[in-house]
Amino acid sequence: MRIVNHPILTFPKRDMVTFTLNGQTIEGVAGEPIAAALHAADIKVLRHSHGRHRPRGLFCAIGNCSSCLMTVDKIPNVRVCTEPLRAGMVVETQEGKGKIV
Amino acid sequence: MPSQERFAKGPIALFECMQQIPCNPCADACPRGAITVKEINDCPSLNEELCNGCGVCMTHCPGLSIFVVDYTYGKDVALVKIPYEFSPLPEAKTVVDALNRQGQCIGTSEVIRVQTSPNKTNIIWLSVPRELAMEVRSIRLRKEEDHES
Amino acid sequence: MITTEILVIGAGPAGLMAAIHAAEAGAKVLLVERADRLGGQLIKQTHKFFGSKAEFAGERGMDIAEKLINQSSDISGITIWKNAVVLGIYPDGVVTISHEGAFCTARPKKIIIATGASEKTMAFPNNDLPGIYGAGAVQTLMNVHGVIPAKRILMIGAGNIGVIVAYQLLQAGVEVAGIVEAAPQVGGYRVHAAKLQRHGVPIYTSRTIQAAHGTSCLEGVTIAKLDENWQPVPGSEQYIPVDGLCLAVGLSPLTELLWQANCEMKFAAELGGYVPLRDANMKTTHEDIYVAGDVSGVEEASAAMVEGKLAGLYVASVLGHKKDSFTKEFQTAKSQLSALRSGPASVKICTGLSKVVLEEVG
Repeated sequence: MRIVNHPILTFPKRDMVTFTLNGQTIEGVAGEPIAAALHAADIKVLRHSHGRHRPRGLFCAIGNCSSCLMTVDKIPNVRVCTEPLRAGMVVETQEGKGKIV
Repeated sequence: MPSQERFAKGPIALFECMQQIPCNPCADACPRGAITVKEINDCPSLNEELCNGCGVCMTHCPGLSIFVVDYTYGKDVALVKIPYEFSPLPEAKTVVDALNRQGQCIGTSEVIRVQTSPNKTNIIWLSVPRELAMEVRSIRLRKEEDHES
Repeated sequence: MITTEILVIGAGPAGLMAAIHAAEAGAKVLLVERADRLGGQLIKQTHKFFGSKAEFAGERGMDIAEKLINQSSDISGITIWKNAVVLGIYPDGVVTISHEGAFCTARPKKIIIATGASEKTMAFPNNDLPGIYGAGAVQTLMNVHGVIPAKRILMIGAGNIGVIVAYQLLQAGVEVAGIVEAAPQVGGYRVHAAKLQRHGVPIYTSRTIQAAHGTSCLEGVTIAKLDENWQPVPGSEQYIPVDGLCLAVGLSPLTELLWQANCEMKFAAELGGYVPLRDANMKTTHEDIYVAGDVSGVEEASAAMVEGKLAGLYVASVLGHKKDSFTKEFQTAKSQLSALRSGPASVKICTGLSKVVLEEVG
């Protein structure tokens, strides 16, 4: 959910673009972190851990902790909390460590 | 705490800031020089004769811990000014729930005036029963369905 | 290979002040920031700052950030690199940087490290569930990106960050189920706690989180009371349904570069963990490396800004850049820092600093 009215901050209306998450089309703001767009769409599970397949989401949201790794345009281990969203991105929930070869 | 005599003269600022923390914007903000913070960790000290309850200090206080009380406002009612940084803002002439420092509803209050501030710390003027003037420190907007009660 | 006089690493409040004051004295500064925007944690702070006018008291953190960012952009002696991650500081004085994906090397005469600190987490069952965030993460989502993190949040930690972020959650329209604090009293400023209490937010002291619950996402938490020996009291468990949990349990200085450059480090719990030894001019045990802000000890934005100013002024003077007003400005900044730290709220910080500030270093 996005904030519309805030007592201190103003959030101007911005251009939306579409991208896909596991094939599902979602809207987000061009340039915002992918994780913010997913959160705005109420999607919090970003990957599953490699040993016990535990669901994982955001923790630090600033690039320090590596909780938010997803596969973006076939590139694994992308920190979606800092990666800016671009139109047409193909985002996938990463299962385990991600394929790097 | 101001004396009965001082309260009878008009509105006055009350500082609910009792901890020694490094902070002094209230002293800089007062247009009448009524507030002193000698060493930065001191609690503010008010010259009650100079203070006219204008409330400018309220918009500058980072802790939102200054209130203005005016016992001369009416016969059975007093005026309480509170800082408010939430949306939506209430409208003047509406009735709101009056809350004490513990967030408990202790009655209702009429919004007399809403002063918006460029720095977004707005001041809401509330008319409260006299005996609650030292208790009411926050409000809750009533939803449509509350108006019957 | 880029040569510069002063490399400032990190463009939060400390780094910005260091760059501004060094450049105003005449030094050439390269300011590098890993994020795509300057300002560090300041940009998320919607509340008004404490301190005195010299530290922008009464102004909202995000407005202070804008002022400092504009100031730094206006000074020609400062070169600003965003999306620039410092990869290493080598014994021969070379610094490697990844700038917008391109690998660069730099040879600065002096370095000021102002990399800040990162959020700690807590150990409890299911602490890895989606819906569990650091307090800063919640601020980033709400205040920078305008996204609501959850509908109902429980805050763990009643230090300043916990009570400030809880208030910001209320302002964003999120329900705050309560604040949980292990100690018997609130650690943050009482005025922050007062704002929450009069809004009806319960503050549970002497409580801790026992476990989080949920299948794919957080659904609730169990908290329990603690006795005088910090042990959970059996039978005191309480389940609180929430879809968000915010951990405001302290920060750890981001000191990797200091370790790599062989600066002498010491553990000071009061300052957040391992911090570099430094002298009164913010110089570490490495002749050319200085520090400022939370990386030197987790404190407040006001102290970070003054430390940045001190480091910037001093390092510039060591390189021969000294305005006529140097001595006065430098001494004033030192007095400011002492004054900020002279109250009872700073006793812990002072204890920590006494372990790591040296008379003579190196």
